[in-house]
Amino acid sequence: MSTGRPVHVAGIGIHPFGRFPDKDVTRLGQHAVRAALAEAGLGRGGFDAAFCGTVYTGVAAGHKVLSGLGLSGAPIVNVEAGCASGGAALSLGAAAIASGQRERVLVFGMEKMPRGIIRSSFFPPWCEQAGLSPAPAYFALRARRLMIESGVTREHLARVSVKNHANGVHNPFAMFRKPFTLEQVLGSQVVCDPLTLYMLCSPNEGAAAVVLSSSPGPVGPPVRVLASVLRSHTPGSVLGEHTPMSGLPGAEPPTPTETAAREAWERSGVDPRDLDVAEVQDTDSGREILSIEELGLCERGSGGRFIADGVGEMTGRLPVNPSGGLLSKGEPLGASALGQVVELVLQLRGCAERRQVEGAKIAVGHTVGRGANASIVVLAR
Amino acid sequence: MAQVPIHPGLFTLPGDPRGPRLLAARCAACAGLHFPAGETCPWCGAEGCAEEAIGAEGTLSLWTTVRNAPPGYRGPIPYGFGVVDLPEGLRVVARLTESRDENLRAGLPLVLEVAPLFVDDAGDEVLGFAYAPRTER
Repeated sequence: MSTGRPVHVAGIGIHPFGRFPDKDVTRLGQHAVRAALAEAGLGRGGFDAAFCGTVYTGVAAGHKVLSGLGLSGAPIVNVEAGCASGGAALSLGAAAIASGQRERVLVFGMEKMPRGIIRSSFFPPWCEQAGLSPAPAYFALRARRLMIESGVTREHLARVSVKNHANGVHNPFAMFRKPFTLEQVLGSQVVCDPLTLYMLCSPNEGAAAVVLSSSPGPVGPPVRVLASVLRSHTPGSVLGEHTPMSGLPGAEPPTPTETAAREAWERSGVDPRDLDVAEVQDTDSGREILSIEELGLCERGSGGRFIADGVGEMTGRLPVNPSGGLLSKGEPLGASALGQVVELVLQLRGCAERRQVEGAKIAVGHTVGRGANASIVVLAR
Repeated sequence: MAQVPIHPGLFTLPGDPRGPRLLAARCAACAGLHFPAGETCPWCGAEGCAEEAIGAEGTLSLWTTVRNAPPGYRGPIPYGFGVVDLPEGLRVVARLTESRDENLRAGLPLVLEVAPLFVDDAGDEVLGFAYAPRTER
């Protein structure tokens, strides 16, 4: 961070995102953690603290992962911040290093999600019974708003899905590695108009881990965390990710992503126009466009134009979700933000193979969801 | 067959002289309005909010159709789902009685209905609230 010591990503590890009926969530986590520690050249006791992001795993989730790898007595903190849980864990780890409190921190996240619509204890039972809880319906209302306010069309929504699935074909950690045509996306089952099945991501399973350090790791080139930010919401928006039942008409208050972005650009000193690559929340196609606007990757209200001009394509000025995004990777809540970090570190090292964004030097990762919580990480080599 | 609300304190019940209304609350300290009514104000955190019956009418702002029953939902499908602007200065998410896209548009005038949504395990009719296009009446 600009206000403290440099924070380096000294090691990364990931368990592919998908469905793994033979592995429990602890094993998924251990796979990612072991890989990250090995890359950083660390063994048991090699880190001063650990932060674990997860939503559905239950009591002492991170402790169970590390128990199988030889505990050293270092503090382990389990963090729940919805879709941004991994980002929240990362922000705590980065702050611990920037402040000088820790030298090496292990940050990891994992999840094993049930199939279908994400159900949580967030809503009271009457909300579910009354039909006021389905996440895809809220996604659809936000997508409809983009169609009214940002010149977004159904075809733009489909293009996001086509792009991400095309990118995901080249990602060995993605769940769906199959390309779709525009016609296939538009012609897939309508879930909640204007969103079709192939415009929505699937909750699934996976894990990711990073080692943060005050000094560069053995695998180069070194990648630094310029900012790692977590923000929640303010009241007022009926379509806020905190899903209130009511809000105010007229001008909307800043969203968690907007306030987090403002803080991230200020702390990192990065202008969003300087970015080379972005991984953003794409729970649905509309969410990717909204994320792009809220992060300031384009002007508010010009999301449709951003898609029409192909800015976020692999051949565009700012490739968005070269990993394939959540649309092709699937969404294991606690692991999704750190999965983005793994992808971006590979991009910045120039090791992303067939999905490499040539010469990428500055990157942003973004997740947002229930709580509401939004996390943003700015990375650079 | 008895009628019970899906949750107490959300809306007026059939026979209420005020007619179908949502039960919101206004803060004594900051005058902010919120729904569903809670004891503390989500705008300023003060205690002491007073019930205010609102939302007999509204206009449609955003809408979609839910085609598959979400987990826990016990009413009919498909159903409309939308953002409704109320003249009292609040915007709510609500079920819509109309689910056909061609019959829904921004600015559509709506009226609140309190009506049976499903029959519970005890055999009682469970009342829910939904907005209906005004022309249906």
